[in-house]
Amino acid sequence: MPKANKPSLRGVFLNGVFNENPTFRLVLGVCPTLASTTAALNGVGMGLAATFVLVGSNVVISLLRKFIPDKVRIPAFVVVICTFVTIVQMLMQAFLPPLYDALGIFIPLIVVNCIILARAEAFACKNGVLASGMDGLGMGLGFTLALTLIGSVRELIGSGSLFGMNLLGAAYEPMLLLVLAPGAFITFGLILGGINAITARSQKKKAAKGGASA
Amino acid sequence: MTMSVSGVLLFMVSCVLVNNYIFSRFLGCCPFLGVSSKVETATGMGMAVMFVMGLASLFTWLVYHYVLVPLQLTYLDTIAFILVIAALVQFVEMFMKKSMKALYNALGIYLPLITTNCAVLGAAILNITESYSLIEAVLNGVFSAAGFLLAITLMAGVRERLESSNIPESMKGFPISLVTAGLLSIAFMGFAGLVK
Amino acid sequence: MRLRLSTGPHLHATETTRSLMQDVLIALLPAAVAGIYLFGERAAVLLAVSVASAVLAEAAWQRLAGQPLQVRDLSAAVTGLLLGLNLPSSAPWWLAVVGSVFAIVVVKQLFGGIGHNFLNPALAARAVLLTSWPARMTTFFLPERLVEIGGASAAQFGDAVTSATPLAKGGTAIMDLLLGNVPGSIGEVCKVAILLGFAYLLVRGTIGFHIPVLFVGTVALMTWLLGGDPLVAVLSGGVLFGAVFMATDYTTNPMLARGQCVFAVGCGVIVTLIRQYGGYPEGVTYAILLMNVLTPLLDKWMKRRVYGEVKQHA
Repeated sequence: MPKANKPSLRGVFLNGVFNENPTFRLVLGVCPTLASTTAALNGVGMGLAATFVLVGSNVVISLLRKFIPDKVRIPAFVVVICTFVTIVQMLMQAFLPPLYDALGIFIPLIVVNCIILARAEAFACKNGVLASGMDGLGMGLGFTLALTLIGSVRELIGSGSLFGMNLLGAAYEPMLLLVLAPGAFITFGLILGGINAITARSQKKKAAKGGASA
Repeated sequence: MTMSVSGVLLFMVSCVLVNNYIFSRFLGCCPFLGVSSKVETATGMGMAVMFVMGLASLFTWLVYHYVLVPLQLTYLDTIAFILVIAALVQFVEMFMKKSMKALYNALGIYLPLITTNCAVLGAAILNITESYSLIEAVLNGVFSAAGFLLAITLMAGVRERLESSNIPESMKGFPISLVTAGLLSIAFMGFAGLVK
Repeated sequence: MRLRLSTGPHLHATETTRSLMQDVLIALLPAAVAGIYLFGERAAVLLAVSVASAVLAEAAWQRLAGQPLQVRDLSAAVTGLLLGLNLPSSAPWWLAVVGSVFAIVVVKQLFGGIGHNFLNPALAARAVLLTSWPARMTTFFLPERLVEIGGASAAQFGDAVTSATPLAKGGTAIMDLLLGNVPGSIGEVCKVAILLGFAYLLVRGTIGFHIPVLFVGTVALMTWLLGGDPLVAVLSGGVLFGAVFMATDYTTNPMLARGQCVFAVGCGVIVTLIRQYGGYPEGVTYAILLMNVLTPLLDKWMKRRVYGEVKQHA
């Protein structure tokens, strides 16, 4: 990529949150998305844990990008990512034991979350430290935002509450399916489809406007 | 430690049907969604996962109990496991290429993808957290992968059928695959309680 | 009027979806009437809400998606009625609405509409309701009016029975089971009415007899092998209703007769296994759904002898 096209830090950040949202646009990291969205808070927790790992690994990999031989770059990336995952795992175990228990095996499995390796491969090993950190932050927050959205929908309909607060009152009989495994797949699928439909509609509108003015 | 035949059978039903990795634990969803558009490739992927997951369960268990525990390095289990799995996949690929040509031709292309299959690392970690014996760990790896094989084959069957369907534009691709997986998962709830 | 894509080989090409669905509706009439007679107006209201919301959901979807309105093909009405007949008479009206909307929108229309759903919509919706509101779905009332022929009484069941579709206990008179003097879902209790509908569908040639007969026969045989009473097993719960009206749905069972036989036997085996060993007392819904899921593979493998054996689904 020529230097002249280098995007601004703000652009890199917003790209991760919206245009290339890892969950809704790239559909990466499906397993943690399904597993950790039984409640909004779990979604936030998983998202922030992944954000921490993303920023850390992106920065370190960017720092080391000139020293890592091309042939062993994937194992090297994995070791870096793994280090940050272990740090997150220990911090959560020490300070947020309920969340640690709720997310369970999916904390260590952040290692194989394809978003993180994908950003290392596609961005951090080609860009500067600041931009890489920003990319990690944008992608991480995009992931967090998506997980929070899915988690909120599942918690609201499946338990009648939001972030643990009972919103719908005692008369509401929660639709248990939403917090169970099938509900994870179906809610994610429907939200994804809904976002596609909204995007397609707004693009159509834009195209219609563009056509009219041209 | 030995297990009775009926014990093994119950364990198998539990891993394959009741606690299916895809439909109730969300492990291995990326290949499940990514490699399930054709039945033949889905089956190939499933077989390859079964092969690697059995071996990975064996080696990660050995590494944990005979290397990490004595050296008091158990907090490094994630990193150790992922390296063992990566090395194992490399080794299996080379070995297959040399001495098991037919198998390599069938499964070879799926092998590199398995390193980042969270089901394999997941099984390795679960073997430790559930404090399985070596035999239980290997059985868990093989049976859970058999559940993955069943899930991805059924999914591919349905997806092949959907090819001729007029699915709404915005649902095409991932969205409809996710909803399909959700409906399969509903059907699998019928197995709940088969094993206490 | 559009023809279904995956019609069975026994169908005449001139039959339209509407006339097929009309036949199914007529065949369901005895079960519906019996259900309303047994459970009173609650049942009538539930059936009406269920049918109306299914039809409205279909119309609304087709309007929103800019498709031509096809509710006149009556398939949505059949789905709604099947769902309603599968509800306990104690169910609140909103259960029927949620179920019908899920059946029509998520199970049917998202997959391309009629002929493209891979699960039976009514059954998938019933499974969703059962998972989401287990207590609501398993509170069965004893019929308000009992059919008193031959002096059989069903008093041993008490007022409300909370369990999944109650399977008859040893002492229940076969006559009670046949007439519907037992607690259960609205449409499934009166076996005579179901058999009447079955006879109508056979005479009209809408369905073949092999799927229901093999399904029910397998349940009887398996139950007998496991030491139970085959007649009671067949006449209690939802086996007969499922075998006649659910397992025979053209879209979600295999295309070839050979595959359909495997399908039916598989349903029977899974029902018995779930009844005997599973977490639910009744397994008809899940058995048929699981065989629906296996159907595309059955179609694929039965065509090519190479893969012949289908042992995948033990």
